[in-house]
Amino acid sequence: MNVIDLAWWQLGLAASMVVALAACTHLARLGVGKSLLLAGARTALQLALIGLILEALFAASRLHWVALMATAMLLIAGREVMARQKRRLLGGWAFGIGTVSMFLSSFTVTVLTLTVIIGPEPWYTPQYAIPLLGMMLGNTMNGVSLSLDRLTDTAWRQRAVIENRLMLGQRWQEAIGDIRREAMRSGMIPTINAMAAAGVVSLPGMMTGQILAGSPPAVAVKYQILVMFTITVGTGFGTLAAVAAGSRRLFDERERLRLERLSEPVS
Amino acid sequence: MADTVALRLDKVSIGTLDGVSFTIAPGEIVCLSGPSGSGKSRLLRAIADLEPHGGDIWLGERAQSQFPGHEWRRQVMLVPAESQWWAPSVGEHFQHSPVEDLSTLGFETKTLDWQIGRLSSGEKQRLALLRALSRSPRALLLDEPTANLDDTTIHRCESWLRERTRQLGLPVLWVAHDSRQIERVANRHYRIEGSRLKEVS
Repeated sequence: MNVIDLAWWQLGLAASMVVALAACTHLARLGVGKSLLLAGARTALQLALIGLILEALFAASRLHWVALMATAMLLIAGREVMARQKRRLLGGWAFGIGTVSMFLSSFTVTVLTLTVIIGPEPWYTPQYAIPLLGMMLGNTMNGVSLSLDRLTDTAWRQRAVIENRLMLGQRWQEAIGDIRREAMRSGMIPTINAMAAAGVVSLPGMMTGQILAGSPPAVAVKYQILVMFTITVGTGFGTLAAVAAGSRRLFDERERLRLERLSEPVS
Repeated sequence: MADTVALRLDKVSIGTLDGVSFTIAPGEIVCLSGPSGSGKSRLLRAIADLEPHGGDIWLGERAQSQFPGHEWRRQVMLVPAESQWWAPSVGEHFQHSPVEDLSTLGFETKTLDWQIGRLSSGEKQRLALLRALSRSPRALLLDEPTANLDDTTIHRCESWLRERTRQLGLPVLWVAHDSRQIERVANRHYRIEGSRLKEVS
């Protein structure tokens, strides 16, 4: 079965529907028209660019190019984690903790999946490596940024409780234990929910894409299960590392709560 | 009384305060007063090692830096002016039930089953003192421990604190506003004047 290619004018038809939607919301004075058009234009432009890059990458299929691409994706994800936090750790720690925990979990799990489970030849074959890493980073990024945001914001609001627990002689891990659990939970909930609803409420995007591209559903399902599990593991370990490092950074070597290490709230 | 120790400050500096030195003997109550914003609470926080500070603080023969942070705070316990309660019921904040002290302060054993939400500010304050003492600290730092209490309860609370701390041989640093209270409880009294502590006789 061959994939039906799409011509640019066919995409133009889809785009004109977005324009029609923007026009309608504009006429109804609902005020999302402009941002809708802008975001639509960004989607087209960014994806066209990444298409060109991927074409070149697939043609070259060299390890160092794949590694460069992976590094760029990681750094952009790290910046995004930092940007999504209301009160971020100062001195580069917000970026550092986010990036390192995503690196540790996403990269390890992706490489492990490629070498041990899927096993393309060579293992860094970009057709497998880049989409897998992309899905992994995207989800880990969500988990890490949600959990760090929850951790720092809750610690700020409950500083009196944390300090009172310290005054009673509790260790820092115990004094911030409830908040750590909450942060871990908020980082993991989207992934757990996605697994629970998969196939029943929604057909996951990757599986849909594979079926559209002509794969038999049975193969697509197996890949989707694999991807869901690896995403869960990546997100879980990434969130775990971020919460552990982030909460440690809120205390100093004397186990004092040091909230001046957080920035003013960013709106 | 075998294992009582003194609390000693040696040239402690925190915020605007500088060169604060004094010793509190076991079982002695030292009161600290001063205008609001003069740094009374911050000095207590420095002694409990909740804020970075200059100078040395000793519990008996051991310096603050020789203890891990949590171990120091377990022994030199600060009871803040406004106590915090994180679990749903009172009892969950206690490691063991201080039966005798509960009744002395006007509570019953049932109090431990109370929900935190129904406590008045005065009840919270008395229970915070109980909670601190039930963890057997070796020195006590009290930040206006009777601020939310009525007169009868203040007297009851004061005599309970005096009796227990003398019996246990705890050095106590007590931040107080009311000069009559200071007269009643203090063995010594320091007032903050500018960046210094001045002994009031």
